[in-house]
Amino acid sequence: MVTPMSAISLAAVVENRSEAEEVRAPKAEVRNLSFYYGDYRALKDLNLVVHEHCVTALIGPSGCGKSTFLRCFNRMHDLYPGNRYEGEIRLYPDDMNLLGPGVDPIEVRMRLAMVFQKPNPFPKSIFENVAYGLRVRGERSRRALADKVEAALRGAALWDEVKDRLEEPAFNLSGGQQQRLCIARALATDPEILLFDEPTSALDPIATASIEELITELKSRVTILIVTHNMQQAARVSDFTAYMYLGELIEFGRTDQLFIKPKHKQTEDYITGRFG
Amino acid sequence: MSVAVPGEIRAAPPSGAQKVRLAYRRSRILREKAIELALFLAALVSVATTVGIVYVLVKESLAFFQHVPLVEFLTDTQWTPLFDDAHFGILVLLSGTLTSSAVALAIAVPLGTIIAIYLSEFAPFSVREVAKPFLELLGGIPTIVYGYFALLFVTPLLQRIYPELPGFNLLSAGIVMGIMIIPYVASISEDAMRAVPMSLREGSYATGATRFQTATRVVVPAAFSGIASAYILGISRAVGETMILAIAAGMQPNLTFNPLEPAATITAYIVQVALGDLPHGSIGYQTIFAAGLTLMLFTLACNIAGHMLRRSFREAY
Amino acid sequence: MAAPKDLAAIRALIARHKRWDQAFAVCGMLALMTGVLTFTALFVDMTVDGVPRLSWDFLTSFPSRRPEQAGILSAWVGSCLVMLVTAFFAVPLGVAAGLYLEEYAPKNWVTDLIEINITNLAGVPSIVYGLLALGLFVYQFGFGQSILSAGLTLALLILPVVIVATREAIRSIPQGIREGAYALGATQWQVCRHHILPYSSAGILTGVIIGMARAIGETAPVITIGALTFIAFLPPAPLKSEPPYLSFDWVMSPFTVMPIQMFNWTSRPEAAFHQNAAAAGFILVLMTLAMNGLAIWLRYRLRRKIKW
Repeated sequence: MVTPMSAISLAAVVENRSEAEEVRAPKAEVRNLSFYYGDYRALKDLNLVVHEHCVTALIGPSGCGKSTFLRCFNRMHDLYPGNRYEGEIRLYPDDMNLLGPGVDPIEVRMRLAMVFQKPNPFPKSIFENVAYGLRVRGERSRRALADKVEAALRGAALWDEVKDRLEEPAFNLSGGQQQRLCIARALATDPEILLFDEPTSALDPIATASIEELITELKSRVTILIVTHNMQQAARVSDFTAYMYLGELIEFGRTDQLFIKPKHKQTEDYITGRFG
Repeated sequence: MSVAVPGEIRAAPPSGAQKVRLAYRRSRILREKAIELALFLAALVSVATTVGIVYVLVKESLAFFQHVPLVEFLTDTQWTPLFDDAHFGILVLLSGTLTSSAVALAIAVPLGTIIAIYLSEFAPFSVREVAKPFLELLGGIPTIVYGYFALLFVTPLLQRIYPELPGFNLLSAGIVMGIMIIPYVASISEDAMRAVPMSLREGSYATGATRFQTATRVVVPAAFSGIASAYILGISRAVGETMILAIAAGMQPNLTFNPLEPAATITAYIVQVALGDLPHGSIGYQTIFAAGLTLMLFTLACNIAGHMLRRSFREAY
Repeated sequence: MAAPKDLAAIRALIARHKRWDQAFAVCGMLALMTGVLTFTALFVDMTVDGVPRLSWDFLTSFPSRRPEQAGILSAWVGSCLVMLVTAFFAVPLGVAAGLYLEEYAPKNWVTDLIEINITNLAGVPSIVYGLLALGLFVYQFGFGQSILSAGLTLALLILPVVIVATREAIRSIPQGIREGAYALGATQWQVCRHHILPYSSAGILTGVIIGMARAIGETAPVITIGALTFIAFLPPAPLKSEPPYLSFDWVMSPFTVMPIQMFNWTSRPEAAFHQNAAAAGFILVLMTLAMNGLAIWLRYRLRRKIKW
């Protein structure tokens, strides 16, 4: 049980982050988003702005809909029958509605990338795992592939550990390494937004720390949206935080503001650990 | 009932009622043990069957190989066991078996795999629910009926395209056998593909891949050992098939790899001999066991390989 | 980052890939259609050639050298009797073995050996079972070329099917039921007899039906035993008019079965015999379709009904 003491420690974490907080341009805007599993309304009228080159965290108790919300961005729900979107997610700079009925989900997935909760490398070699997205996009030149794979592995802070064994199966890597491999796989295709669905919940604390460090580094190159059930993690890595509860967006704002002086009592209750 | 003396605990000798209870308990334990033994013996029947098969095949084959040297058996190019100048070259029968199986697999492997991928990754639920029972029914048709179909429907049909096709030929038999094996290959491959976890597919879709790309680049490689075991079991089934070949390919031993010719397979030869009248213990009688042993060794190797592949696949997930 | 020019390129790429999707979906349907087509052609062929020949006479006459007079009486009676013997051996042995493996068997090498054997036997060609029967049952044990030999052989053939179906049915019973029974003081056999077997009976029945459907259509092992193809008599009747009223002479009698009769007629050159074969085949197909269909339906009902 988290006591009010941890609220103070969260504030301490946030204050310790000495970054200049300039306002960045919006990368995506969510307008009146609702989502239905069949008849059940899982997301209720969400509105928020995802800022470019920032990390936006989605927090909330289990079942609040944060993963469901994340999966709307890259249309993962389209893989299963019976789901329905209402509202819009507009992607800038070309102002395209990702949820538009005429929009191809595959096109959306070509522009966004996702890292899943449980690392899911393919049963292929390390090289082929990272190159997969590139091959799907039609890249054939061995030279170009090798360059991009190296760049992606460097970006995921995995290159030094695997550069001598790129042809080995990905399953030989440890859990933390596999997750970084999945991050490299996502980075290789130069996504406009990188979606993280509880990326460290299946990892040990050391692997978690290395991934959090990676996320902080990556945001200068790509916009990041991260779902996490760990408030301290949100406080450590994110610039903006959205607190969700039972499918609704209760509060959204800069992380330092939300954790130190939340505007809503519900948010405050969650952060101080009165429930959840 | 003895009185318990303080400070002294002694087991009481059983009373009348207690004696009855003890006896009942003992007989019940005996009964349970007897039942367990009976069930165990039932389970041992499978081992006994294998032992029986090995015993019968080896015993008669040993008698056979006392008349016919092994080298001659394996290398002679004629199979005329019932002539005065008898030849015993198993290659002749093997050629029929291999040719017909090759034709059958050329049909069953591609079609079975395509159907499996389609049902596992593409087809809507309603199609799957109809297709799977249908495939089961297709595989349940007696092989004698398939044999009739091959001889009296497929062969005339093929003869319209290629008039020189003989009435008995390996091609018709192979084609029909292939269609009969499709349900085996399809169902085992499809089971293997469905065992691949959804998270792998999601990882692929999230990269922007289409259904076809995900199916062929992620799911099939992941399910590969299961699919390979399906192929191997298909081979085993094709090699062991009897009636379709006995009816439609004729029972005339013929060393050929041309499917347009008639030929006898190992299995068809055994049927031919069984239809005739061979005295127990004659060389002709023993040949069918030698042929059966060859068949058995081959299918055993296939089954073991298929089983190990399937087991290694299951361990991976 | 994604300039309109790149977007157009991406869209073209996706469109190209999607064509593969569509092409493959078509291939899949075509492949399925091959199966459907074959099945339809086969069934229609049997019906068109065979049904006109079906008549009460056909069902009650013996085979004859003249095709118009030939019938399948001895064949279908023989099939029924062989099926009786098969079921008599296969069901108790198979269910007992399945029950042992699921409820009693310890994890040791003996159990492994048994399981390996069962898996192996499922893949042995049916004609090898015929050879086993010929060498062992017909000659070594002296059962001769009789219904008993055939029934035993087919029972061994379908034993793996029954065992696997029994095991799967038993496995689907939740552990909580067993524990509840044991906690009340039941012995292992009581748990099996009062709970395990009744609850798994539907699943076992499905397996038995599938096994029997297979046994009806099996030709090769029965030919190998030496079932004759021209039998113009019936096995002795099981009921007699004098004590002890029940006779088992029929078990040791020579016989024939439906698939063999069909095989015999198909092998003759005269087209009229082919018609007879088609009629017999039609009956066989109908029977196996009905039995397999029943098993599939049972399985479907089971899946929906049982909500532990």
